[in-house]
Amino acid sequence: MALSAGAAHERAEAMWRPRANRLGLWLFFASEAFLFAAFISARFVTSGTDKPDTLNQPLALGITVVLLASSISAYLAETSIAHGDRKGLIRYLSITILLGLVFLVGVVFEFREAMEYFPPGTIYGSNFVALIGLHGFHVFTGIVALAVALGLGKKGHFEPDDYWGVEGVVKYWHFVDLAWVIIYPTLYLF
Amino acid sequence: MRPLIRAVVLGLVGYVAGAWLTVAVRGGSPSDDVAVVFGFILGLIGWLMGIGVWNAWAREWFGLPAKPDQATGWKRYFTFNTDHKVIGIQYLVTFIAILLLGGAMALVMRMELARPGQDFLTLDAYNKLMSMHGILMVATAVAGVLGAFGNYLVPLMIGARDMAFPRVNALSFWLIPPVAIGLLSAPLLGSFDTGWTAYPPLSVVNQGGQVLFILAVTTFGLSSILGGLNIVTTVATMRAPGMTWGRLPIFVWGAFCASILSLLVTQFFAASLILILLDRVAGTTFFGAAAGGDPLLYQHMFWFYSHPAVYIMVLPAFGVMLEIITHLARKPLFAYKAVVAGFWGIVGLSTIVWAHHMFTSGMAEQLHAPFMALTEAISIPTGLVFLGALGTLWQGKLQSKTPLWLAFGWLFNFAIGGITGIYLADVATDIHLQDTYFVVAHFHYTIVGGTIFALIAGSYFWFPKITGRMYNERLGKIFAVWLTVGFNLVFIPLFWLGVNGLNRRVADYPEFYAGPNAFASVAAYILGAGFLLYAGNLLWSARRGPAAGPNPWNARTLEWQLPSPPPEHNFPLLPEVVGHPYDYGVPGSVHAAQEAAEGGEE
Repeated sequence: MALSAGAAHERAEAMWRPRANRLGLWLFFASEAFLFAAFISARFVTSGTDKPDTLNQPLALGITVVLLASSISAYLAETSIAHGDRKGLIRYLSITILLGLVFLVGVVFEFREAMEYFPPGTIYGSNFVALIGLHGFHVFTGIVALAVALGLGKKGHFEPDDYWGVEGVVKYWHFVDLAWVIIYPTLYLF
Repeated sequence: MRPLIRAVVLGLVGYVAGAWLTVAVRGGSPSDDVAVVFGFILGLIGWLMGIGVWNAWAREWFGLPAKPDQATGWKRYFTFNTDHKVIGIQYLVTFIAILLLGGAMALVMRMELARPGQDFLTLDAYNKLMSMHGILMVATAVAGVLGAFGNYLVPLMIGARDMAFPRVNALSFWLIPPVAIGLLSAPLLGSFDTGWTAYPPLSVVNQGGQVLFILAVTTFGLSSILGGLNIVTTVATMRAPGMTWGRLPIFVWGAFCASILSLLVTQFFAASLILILLDRVAGTTFFGAAAGGDPLLYQHMFWFYSHPAVYIMVLPAFGVMLEIITHLARKPLFAYKAVVAGFWGIVGLSTIVWAHHMFTSGMAEQLHAPFMALTEAISIPTGLVFLGALGTLWQGKLQSKTPLWLAFGWLFNFAIGGITGIYLADVATDIHLQDTYFVVAHFHYTIVGGTIFALIAGSYFWFPKITGRMYNERLGKIFAVWLTVGFNLVFIPLFWLGVNGLNRRVADYPEFYAGPNAFASVAAYILGAGFLLYAGNLLWSARRGPAAGPNPWNARTLEWQLPSPPPEHNFPLLPEVVGHPYDYGVPGSVHAAQEAAEGGEE
């Protein structure tokens, strides 16, 4: 028996919607990768691999570890809701947000040191401000998005078979982490 | 109209709040660069929330139910409407208006250039006017065809009910008005005089209007990126059953390939402008050579976007023209696969040719030869597209209609644009021709002759589909001839001027160049007057033209199988595609069977 037109469209949408969401997100990452690539290439073009001795290496390593750890908690948040564990979702999203905030505080601290030792008027300082600023902005938007997901999770949104919101936000968070994994050596290690 | 008023009010409140807060925190004047930046950002957010992002979208982030705008009829066009057809028409009308505005600016420039000497524009005012003309027209070329026809046609042609992300789609359109407002209000802050290219060091040290340019163009970039993302996702995931990649209408291919480019490379333009902004407001020194910065960095980043940008402009235009040619020549599209391969070749090559804009910039000499060779290699895939157009016309049963007349004009213009491009890709001749009127003539042949002709031809060809009424064919043909001849009369003399060394971007010139300049100026006014005929014909026909019926061209692609204009959500039942869209004259061939698809069984 033929379905009604509305039911047919609903069924079709159920087929392509998850694929479209995922593809759209990955295309967005591809686009963002070009933005980061532009800033990173500016660093190598203008100041080669030079870096000042006054960089706060322990702090940078510390916040790198914090940010990487936050990817693990973000992953746990996603698997929690996939298994219907709402408490786990809320717990791990909160931990992720907290770690993200710790990272941001570290970045601000670092920024203040940078202003003193290698101000934006120097070429390394310019690149430092631009890259850290660009990435910091992404961390900030990531935290906002995680907070939105947390708020919705607390209100009872998301189900084991319907948690695209969490999945999208968590993937974005992984992307922001990955960007840092490339920016960290670009600024600190080369 | 209420959402629009709300958007304007909230946008203004946001701007004033941002600028005022900045002054309160750091002192200075509200026209300082920093204050303008924060004002623009808050103003943009206010505008978007007012127009409907809050009601239709952001409420969901706080667990509230969304309240999409329920306006119907003409009011839909002034709201955050997510129907791709509404958005396509919004783009079309907006960018034709901007095209006419930018054209009027060109007429003022031609007035000044009609004879030697500074007549009524100072050198500075001329440069600012030229810069404004440039960026408005570049924006029209980037988003005109892709935004208007890409949005309107792609879902129809692939048998989808809408775009993959309808709200993102509405967002990409509603980002455009703040761009226009930002650019057009730049004169309040001294405007910008860098041309649309915004090269540093000038763009770092000039007046505050440049900041509005940077903010507006970055916003425009965001709109392009989101629009491209939407089209790529839609084509990749929402094709009707049976609509395989090998059966995609050629316009969909053009829009898809342009969208991939737009999605990726636009970020480099945004990045280069953000670096200029940082140099202006955050004290960085990316482009200040004294502290180790490098102005050439900007040119590399800028052209890494802006060269592919000409293909973002022209790939959908190729698609429009090939659609028109194949439907109105009543023949299968010649060398369909080669044309698609040509599109992909253009996508690939266009990202590795940018430095041909920089042969005289002082970049490393060893880069000259490879960029010259790669640039000239682009004529191969472009040639495939031409081959498709010519092969389809060859021995076709040509239907003498306005869009086809314009297609012939387009073939002629783009051929000249392509051939003159070789002289600019060639290092030896480019060193002579760089920054002369030869360059101006060349890119107007490619961008006006290629893209704007497609925008106009498409606006005739799909006019009956969009409005349900037929334009006046006789007036259309008169305009097609007027446009083609007028355009050539304006720009052919500029080649001569360029070869003889007349620099562009200067309001004055020696007596030696007077003749061709006077000729081009008179021709420009004739060309400009022709647009009254264009606008008059379409505006009158949209209200009073005869009913066109669903398929006046007897065309086979899916959009023509629906009523004109198509209903909301396009297809009552999913169409099932069973054959190639262009098999005109092939016995027994069918493109799509609408009845056949009832959505499966149960």
